[in-house]
Amino acid sequence: MQPADQPVSGLGAYDELKAVRAELDKCMRCGSCMAVCPIYKTDKIEAGVARGKLGVAEAVMDGTLALDDQEVMSMLFNCLVCKSCMQSCPTKVDFARIMLALRAAIVRKNGLPWLKKAIFSTLKHQDLFDSGMKVGALLSGVAFRSAGQKAIAPRSPFAFVGKHAGFDEDRLLPALAATPLRARVPELIQVEQPKTRVAFFTGCSMNYFYPETGEDLLSVLKENNVEVAIPKGQGCCGIPVFVHGDVETIRELGRRNLDAMDRSGAEYLITGCGSCGGAWQHEYNEIFSSDPVYGPKAAYWGARTYDISSFLVDVVKYRRPQGKVDSVVTYHDSCHLKKTMKVSREPREILKGIPGVTFKEMSQPDACCGSGGSYVLTHWGTSTEIATRKVEDAARTEADTLTTGCPACMMQLFDNVHRFGRQGQEVKHYISVLAESYRNEKAAQ
Amino acid sequence: MLDKAIIQQLAIIVGHDQVLTSKVNLTTYGYDATADVPKGTPDVIVLPTSVEQVQSVVNLARKHGIAIYPRGAGTNLSGGTIPVERGIVLSLQKMDKILEVDAENLTATVQPGVVIQELNNAAAPHGLMYPPDPGTVTTATMGGSVAENSGGLRGLKYGVTKHYVMGMEVVLANGERVRFGGKTVKNVTAYDFSNLFVGSEGTLGIIVEITCKLLPSPKYRRAMLATYSTVEDAGNTVAGIIKAQVIPATLEIMDNMTIRTVEAFAHVGLPLDAEALLLIEVDGMAEEVVEREAEAVVKVVNANKGKLRVATSDAERDGLWAARRAALPALASLNNTVVLEDATVPRSKITDMLLALSAIGRKYSLVLGTFGHAGDGNLHPTILADKNNLDEMARVHMAVDEIFATALRFGGTLSGEHGIGVAKMKYLGNEIGETGLGLMRSIKNALDPTHMLNPGKLIPAPEAHVLAEVAHATR
Repeated sequence: MQPADQPVSGLGAYDELKAVRAELDKCMRCGSCMAVCPIYKTDKIEAGVARGKLGVAEAVMDGTLALDDQEVMSMLFNCLVCKSCMQSCPTKVDFARIMLALRAAIVRKNGLPWLKKAIFSTLKHQDLFDSGMKVGALLSGVAFRSAGQKAIAPRSPFAFVGKHAGFDEDRLLPALAATPLRARVPELIQVEQPKTRVAFFTGCSMNYFYPETGEDLLSVLKENNVEVAIPKGQGCCGIPVFVHGDVETIRELGRRNLDAMDRSGAEYLITGCGSCGGAWQHEYNEIFSSDPVYGPKAAYWGARTYDISSFLVDVVKYRRPQGKVDSVVTYHDSCHLKKTMKVSREPREILKGIPGVTFKEMSQPDACCGSGGSYVLTHWGTSTEIATRKVEDAARTEADTLTTGCPACMMQLFDNVHRFGRQGQEVKHYISVLAESYRNEKAAQ
Repeated sequence: MLDKAIIQQLAIIVGHDQVLTSKVNLTTYGYDATADVPKGTPDVIVLPTSVEQVQSVVNLARKHGIAIYPRGAGTNLSGGTIPVERGIVLSLQKMDKILEVDAENLTATVQPGVVIQELNNAAAPHGLMYPPDPGTVTTATMGGSVAENSGGLRGLKYGVTKHYVMGMEVVLANGERVRFGGKTVKNVTAYDFSNLFVGSEGTLGIIVEITCKLLPSPKYRRAMLATYSTVEDAGNTVAGIIKAQVIPATLEIMDNMTIRTVEAFAHVGLPLDAEALLLIEVDGMAEEVVEREAEAVVKVVNANKGKLRVATSDAERDGLWAARRAALPALASLNNTVVLEDATVPRSKITDMLLALSAIGRKYSLVLGTFGHAGDGNLHPTILADKNNLDEMARVHMAVDEIFATALRFGGTLSGEHGIGVAKMKYLGNEIGETGLGLMRSIKNALDPTHMLNPGKLIPAPEAHVLAEVAHATR
């Protein structure tokens, strides 16, 4: 037996910090990350950008700074993990791995802060989470006023209290669905003579906030003769907790999701969210790399995971829609969809193939929107400045519809288009535009 | 550590949020992009947003004898921004406004924190560009690149930063602000202060505004890539192109070590047995002129036994450029420390220098690849080493000594574009001699008698008693 505090060899980056040392050495401090880092662009200080964070990481590993120093921790969490820096890094430093390894090391050392602990432990118990979300849907009327279709804004006493966290009267959030997506649909949607069977991993945002988007995605699969399993046993992908360093919870969530998909009998796994899809393609492989049971399962499903757009364009060769959608559309590349799943061509191809759609590219379509999952809650000021640049870029295209491929981005864009962008510009998942075209096609028949 | 009262006064000057003192921040401003130089730790980082604030900070620092290290994006390769003696890092990144693009006079006026690419983006709608093109164009600031007189890939045809600076405003060590130069093409009023402050590496004053020249962007360009079985053939091609009176915008060279590393790294289809490679791009406003120049280049390449690939589309051009762009990342991927030099020789000595560099690598048993701007004689011998291997690092230092000695022997210079900073200061006298050092000291002592601006860079710091005498004499 080795003492618990001794480093154990053979462990990955998320169990042992020193495993990232070689990765850290790859950084030559050139600062190329400054060109793309959304936080650096906003704050213009070194501690915001990857080069600075890696400098601090080195100081931590050399022992000149303490990992659980309050300043170090707050710097480590001032990062969206959007991976933009990794796209422009000449020496291909896996910054996200180093960042998440550091966060995991903090959690190993100090445990999760009580608040995070409380949130994440709810995620582990899906039934509890479900009922919590239901209560949330009911109670949201107390704290939030209805602000038009499917939107809510904080009511005045709450808005006053929440002002500093961004919950002011102007804040628009999607309303929690009274019935989440997975409660609306059967576990298997059959079609006649199916081309193939896929499993749909809904993800939380689509399940709880945007079930209509999920229904659009399912309708598109149906139009293409694809049978869909929506296994009930699935839950959160785990990325929201993983980015906070909680490796154990994502492992637990991952095991449950992998088991659920194993029972689906599907050939492919489909996602409509870059973060969820990225988890299936990459993170599960990494966190289970030394797990003899779940390692192979993660590898199996990782290789079969597709964003709905790549599945349609590259796998089933989807049927081109005939229904007209008169709309000027622009597209925001969600970070995890483009930078983790490498999907950017396919959604554009789908949008451009819809009759009536005029596609207009915005400047820097792959610049982060500033959501970063919970980053928008913890660093509202920076997040909003980043989002403002994004919705201004989107506004300059004069598009009436701003599409993206990730529900978390949709939330962020929806709120900020309303505040700083082109008034009346709709925010949609690109799949909803395709679904609309199929619907219009039928209506015209 | 600085007195708390001073930190408070700084906060009064620039605002509390623009003064950084946390351990994390002090760590992240302790280095720049330079490898193998000691890190520093400042006492405080100050981020002014106006010229008045810069003046007040300078006055406060002077009063209390605190060093100031002006800093842009910290992308330089000579240790020019490292706070070697504690003190104040003065980051000018928040003074980042493009004050004007004047298409009628072909000028732009910018604050120092503007990123070079941002200026290009602002000039592009007018059909204009800011030609200096350092590898860090998307990150480096105008202030930093003017202070370092940076060069880049277009130096041969378009020149370097100093050829584009027409005027500035500078805060001097005595706290006064002075403007000189302007928008006129011709200006012989007073000393040529612009050329004094360009490349002064933050040692003479703090650049707070720059007026620079813009050029119409070329409308046509033609890229070619030639590979050679001997370095001599490549060198003769460079000489031949110039002799044929073609001035390419880009004329880049890579040695065999770099070619093999790039191919292994990026798989761009380079022949592994090629001893040298040239990337050549001609550009201009008229298609037929560009065509004619490209034809002349092809003739010279063929006459020197080069194997040629000519890009016929933007995609093919990107393919050719991919090899050049991969040079530094590919080499850097070989080890944890990248010692990137910029010894420069007259164009006619390119072949000799390349052969000498390769011999130096062998002599010290080091991994050494060379690429660079053959057209202007500015080479980048790049040594890849393990910083934890003390024996290897000792050999790196000997090799670097020899590289500089060789460049000077060929009538070249220590630095074509990276600057002297801390990294090359010890070699300075070898190039400019004792009288040259004396002239530098005279200028430095006249403008910054207490050596408070970027001390320990470019010019060796004087002994303490000399400093005291200078300070006394100028009081």
